[in-house]
Amino acid sequence: MVSTLTFPKGGVHPPESKGLTEQLPIQVMPLPAELHLILGQHIGAPCTPTVAKKAAVGEGDLVADVSKGLGVPLHAPAAGSIKAIATAAHPIRVTTPSITLAVDREAQPRQWTADQWQQLTAQELLQKVHDAGIVGIGGAGFPTHVKLKPPADTPVDTLLLNGAECEPYITADHRSMVEKAEEIVEGAKILLKILGIKTCVVGIENNKPDAIAAMTAAVRAAGGDDSDISVVTLQVKYPQGSEKQLIQAITGRKVPAMALPSAVGVVVHNVSTTRAVYEAVALGKPLIEKVVTISGRGIVKPANLLVKIGTKVSDIVEYCGGISDEVAKVVLGGPMMGFAVSTLDIPVTKTTSAVLFLTKEEIDTTPLSSCIRCGWCLDACPMGLEPKEIGLYVEANRPENTEQFGVFECFECGSCAYVCPAKRPLVQFVRLAKMKAKRS
Amino acid sequence: MWNVSVSPHVRSPESVGKIMWTVVACLVPPLVLSIFVFGIQVLLITAVSVISCMAVEAICQKALNKPVTVSDGSAALTGMLMAFVIPPGVSFLIPVLGAVMAIFIGKHLLGGIGYNFFNPALLGRAFLLATFPVAMTSAWLPPLTDGAIFSYLASGVDAVSTATPLAVMKEQGMAAFREAFGTPSEVYGSFFLGWRPGCIGETSGLLLVLGGLYLMYRRYITWHIPVSVLGTIALLTWMFGGETLFTGDPLLAVLTGGALLGAFFMATDYVTSPTTRTAQLIFGAGIGALTVLIRIKGGYPEGVCYAILLMNPLSPVLDGWFKPKRFAPPAGGEK
Repeated sequence: MVSTLTFPKGGVHPPESKGLTEQLPIQVMPLPAELHLILGQHIGAPCTPTVAKKAAVGEGDLVADVSKGLGVPLHAPAAGSIKAIATAAHPIRVTTPSITLAVDREAQPRQWTADQWQQLTAQELLQKVHDAGIVGIGGAGFPTHVKLKPPADTPVDTLLLNGAECEPYITADHRSMVEKAEEIVEGAKILLKILGIKTCVVGIENNKPDAIAAMTAAVRAAGGDDSDISVVTLQVKYPQGSEKQLIQAITGRKVPAMALPSAVGVVVHNVSTTRAVYEAVALGKPLIEKVVTISGRGIVKPANLLVKIGTKVSDIVEYCGGISDEVAKVVLGGPMMGFAVSTLDIPVTKTTSAVLFLTKEEIDTTPLSSCIRCGWCLDACPMGLEPKEIGLYVEANRPENTEQFGVFECFECGSCAYVCPAKRPLVQFVRLAKMKAKRS
Repeated sequence: MWNVSVSPHVRSPESVGKIMWTVVACLVPPLVLSIFVFGIQVLLITAVSVISCMAVEAICQKALNKPVTVSDGSAALTGMLMAFVIPPGVSFLIPVLGAVMAIFIGKHLLGGIGYNFFNPALLGRAFLLATFPVAMTSAWLPPLTDGAIFSYLASGVDAVSTATPLAVMKEQGMAAFREAFGTPSEVYGSFFLGWRPGCIGETSGLLLVLGGLYLMYRRYITWHIPVSVLGTIALLTWMFGGETLFTGDPLLAVLTGGALLGAFFMATDYVTSPTTRTAQLIFGAGIGALTVLIRIKGGYPEGVCYAILLMNPLSPVLDGWFKPKRFAPPAGGEK
């Protein structure tokens, strides 16, 4: 029996629900008629368009860039012409500035050719990562090049690749690891070179034995140089894929509150982000497409789809055979941390990992009742916070008093609300508290 | 229209109702045994208690213009527990009055479920003990040995009332106790199985322990409170419960009175007990210490009820003192 690692405090075991898609190979979705490129794809400054209306663009051409802040450039996912520079619907911001690209579906797909990267310097590699517009595509969307430049006073000794994929339903990383293991391992070597270190550990939960086998084989096949890459098996537990929990599970180190992982000598990248780094550096291909899990019992044909950034969810639904009348909730991202949306008229962004069409049986709409102080949320919280108190204080209209219970350390994993027998919306309470209890 | 509520979008199948009704179900085996030990009126008293508690809850919630949540089982559980801590020979009016105290004053006037700082069932019992001191301390019945569970209904209870083991021990001493119930080694068995005088639910240690273990298996309760309550009772009784120091009988102390019922089902009430493990251990130890103090030095033979009621309001304080361990507290922050 191989020993499995996990984080010690808290966590929950929601039904994995990955069976709908975990065996389905990644499928390439045909080009839609239009793509909608949101200018603020992720955390950081939004892009400014570098193309004019009606301009013709080729696949992979730069269409928007950013001069300052944390941003990264944005590229045309397909050849076509710029139809409009206006607004698109957005899951959180309602509407947001975006570029509409009328896709030329007759154009030949661009061939991305392999290139030698080994002789490039770390600085040149880093520039390529930035220029390719890569952000953390596991969910948070933090620009990857920024994470690869840890502060000089906190040297890094270990690179962790996050293959936990602890959110139920989502299998995009899983399929990428099974099908593209060699590319991920080569991406890891690029990241190691940029960071100037040797050690890389890939963490994968043990509900993905085929991914563990594929990654282990790829690591073995790519051996022979001086890098030290290993694959470790993690026990299935949510939220294992959270940066701090993953670092603790694999290295035993604890990232202090309000600090970056580099404070304990670690940098974490998602396996799919690592693969995007491979494509950017070895093939010169910017981040213009990604694997998105289309799942839930409300979609006719669940799939792991390779879609262009900017593809509308409505086009995906059409390609996947439509949705049933039973759909009660549509979620962008996983069921624990994703956003529910009210329309399908929204585009996939660089951070969309899944679109879930959940039926009434899959969600729980029981209204909240009073807190019975069972303390299950305290046991579930991986950060050792007191969600019940935060909820009670917010209900009592005293959100400014919640900092003592650690509201600003909460990363909203939802474990507390998942276990709450009184069905209290504890994540919503936390968000309200954060909004109103701004740090002074 | 689709639901757009905040994440998480999936939820565990547990609910308040499921927890409460499961606890009620765990109390059914001791109740059934109690019917065979004391007779059918035990079932009637319990039914009156449960129905009155549910009725009082419904009336309160209607009157206070709140949603009626009787189906969540918490009032039913209060009714069940209150019946378990009154003697089997009392009038049927007694649980009705107890229900008004427990649910109306002890629960809904304090804000309803989650906001009561005393265990409602025990508050009901304490009220009854103060209002009906004679009935509540003398309506004990000797266990039936012939299975004639309807006999007390026909004959009336006054003719057959007896005294509880703790009362005999306290008021008449160990010699009288041995004469009435046998040597300690003999009574371990009969007390553990349930054939002894006592409150309705205080009979079978075995069934109460099994119920408590099932709640632990379901992860509704943890070992912390029951073990610290019973451990403290056993330890302090061994030290101070005998004629001289360190000669008390710890096993007898745990098997008599309401110790097992209180430790597994009363002290573990979510609303009125602390939530962190350290706080739970201290809470349980406090209950154990107060129980032994009342048993040895107090005016009553049994002290579990008051011990729990005295510790209940300390729960928020203990929770404030013993916080969960933060993943990584902010630099210079709290411990």
